[in-house]
Amino acid sequence: MNLTDEERALLAGEAGPARQWAIGHQIAVGRYLGAADFVPVSQAHIMADTESLGPAGVEWLERLAALPEADRQVRIPTITDPRGTDFAAAARLRQQDWMLDLERRAIAAFQAMGILMTDTCINYQTIMPAVRGEHMAYGDTGVVIYSNSVLGARSNFEGGPSALAAGLTGRTPRYGYHLDEHRRASLHVAVSRTPAALHEWGTLGALVGRLAGDYWQVPVLSGIDHIPGSDELKHFGAALASYGSVALFHMVGITPEAQRFADVADAALPLRATIGAAEMAAFRTGPAGDGTVDVVVFSAPQLSLFELRDLAALLDGRRVTVPLLAVTSPQVKPDADRAGLTARIEAAGGQLLSGMCFYQSYAREMAEANGWRNLATNSAKLVNILGGYGYRPVLASMEACVAAACSGRLAA
Amino acid sequence: MTVFAAAAGMGERVRGRALVASDGFSARYDLDRIAGVFSRPDHALAGQSYVGRILVLDAAKGGVATAWMLHEMAARKIAPAALVLNRVNPIMVQGAALAGFTLISGFAVDITRAVANGALVEVDPGADPPVLRVLENPA
Repeated sequence: MNLTDEERALLAGEAGPARQWAIGHQIAVGRYLGAADFVPVSQAHIMADTESLGPAGVEWLERLAALPEADRQVRIPTITDPRGTDFAAAARLRQQDWMLDLERRAIAAFQAMGILMTDTCINYQTIMPAVRGEHMAYGDTGVVIYSNSVLGARSNFEGGPSALAAGLTGRTPRYGYHLDEHRRASLHVAVSRTPAALHEWGTLGALVGRLAGDYWQVPVLSGIDHIPGSDELKHFGAALASYGSVALFHMVGITPEAQRFADVADAALPLRATIGAAEMAAFRTGPAGDGTVDVVVFSAPQLSLFELRDLAALLDGRRVTVPLLAVTSPQVKPDADRAGLTARIEAAGGQLLSGMCFYQSYAREMAEANGWRNLATNSAKLVNILGGYGYRPVLASMEACVAAACSGRLAA
Repeated sequence: MTVFAAAAGMGERVRGRALVASDGFSARYDLDRIAGVFSRPDHALAGQSYVGRILVLDAAKGGVATAWMLHEMAARKIAPAALVLNRVNPIMVQGAALAGFTLISGFAVDITRAVANGALVEVDPGADPPVLRVLENPA
């Protein structure tokens, strides 16, 4: 890679060992992926729940945090993805003390480095949305795909270590979606029925993700018949990134880089598939066995204020009989409290959790401690992840999930 | 001995038995990292131990957690010996860089069809180009 004088100085350790590690890590990644040089970034976003970090990762962070203040502080605004718990609800979730201890230690280390504990995967809705063309080092697949596709920003998937490195150096290797040539569409999918609910947008994302198959594919969708809202694109993008490891999509006439098909694709790009009602219906599996549901979860991504409004309305006058967990960000939660949404959800027996995400919060251990196996959700992303954690997850509409939480059964 | 050249690699040279499938890889989505087995029910390797094996798989999948999890698994010595992929994503590279983990990717053939499950293989990221050598095929 071509390095500036400043980058050579960082590599030589002239700005301390944390930045020396950071630039060395970034050079190793950049060389592997063909980066010619670095690009400055204006924000970093770190995914670092302690189930992923483990004790070894927390100890690693603590070693960086123990460096002198001038050596350990991040250089650009650096924020965090959801944590592994909501401390106020940990006992109810039957999370264990060692999990909370690891979380506290990781938080202390991040704060010592000047990192803002935003604990959210919907920062594009709540903190500081990216601007078209702005280079970022974002570390949640849902954040990356939304920012790249809907906002026109430029980021690769930056895992926790690389996002932290970007925070420390203020730059990232210039490869992948920082470059114009990688932002052209490589996969054309037509949509013959535009989704009508959030779980259907997730279904569409999952189907396109399966077709795409890997990180370097850029789908372009045609045929969407109305402008989707932010929550709809949030669920679509999160599922597409989850099922396909995809970081960028275009929608003709909707997303900013694809006002026309020709803006992002060659005329010769073949139509790979058409997705309609039949394909979407075939994707969904029915509930296991007699439809018994152990837990209902709204999470992945965290819910917006508007999603919470819809959930509160569905719960008004009803009472859940199995746990209903709704997860939002620490930025949205106070508004939900002030607007009375939290009280309405809790009056029905639901729980509104803040600053965590269900699958990032020791999902396997929560399942074992609470006897949860059959899970209903309107998040296609959550369905994709939780099978490996021992759950039998089922995708359903928000309305059907609420009904299941009240009756204990999910209708076939 | 059959040798397959890769587009890129990092980490130390390692030798071990290949665990092969035409399926993807994500540490969060696919593994029970406590038990050391593939746990995703619809994964082609569901129920099989990955500990000490050289995983030969198709593409990197899923989210960003693998960037930490390779380091976490290596610290507990419940980790694969190396990862060999047709198609990599940045997360696998970032995770391997943090953990000092052996990773190679990008072949002229579908590597999951070219290497037999159970073969004794050597992964040499330091060769120019990086290579996977098949030392012994299973009986």
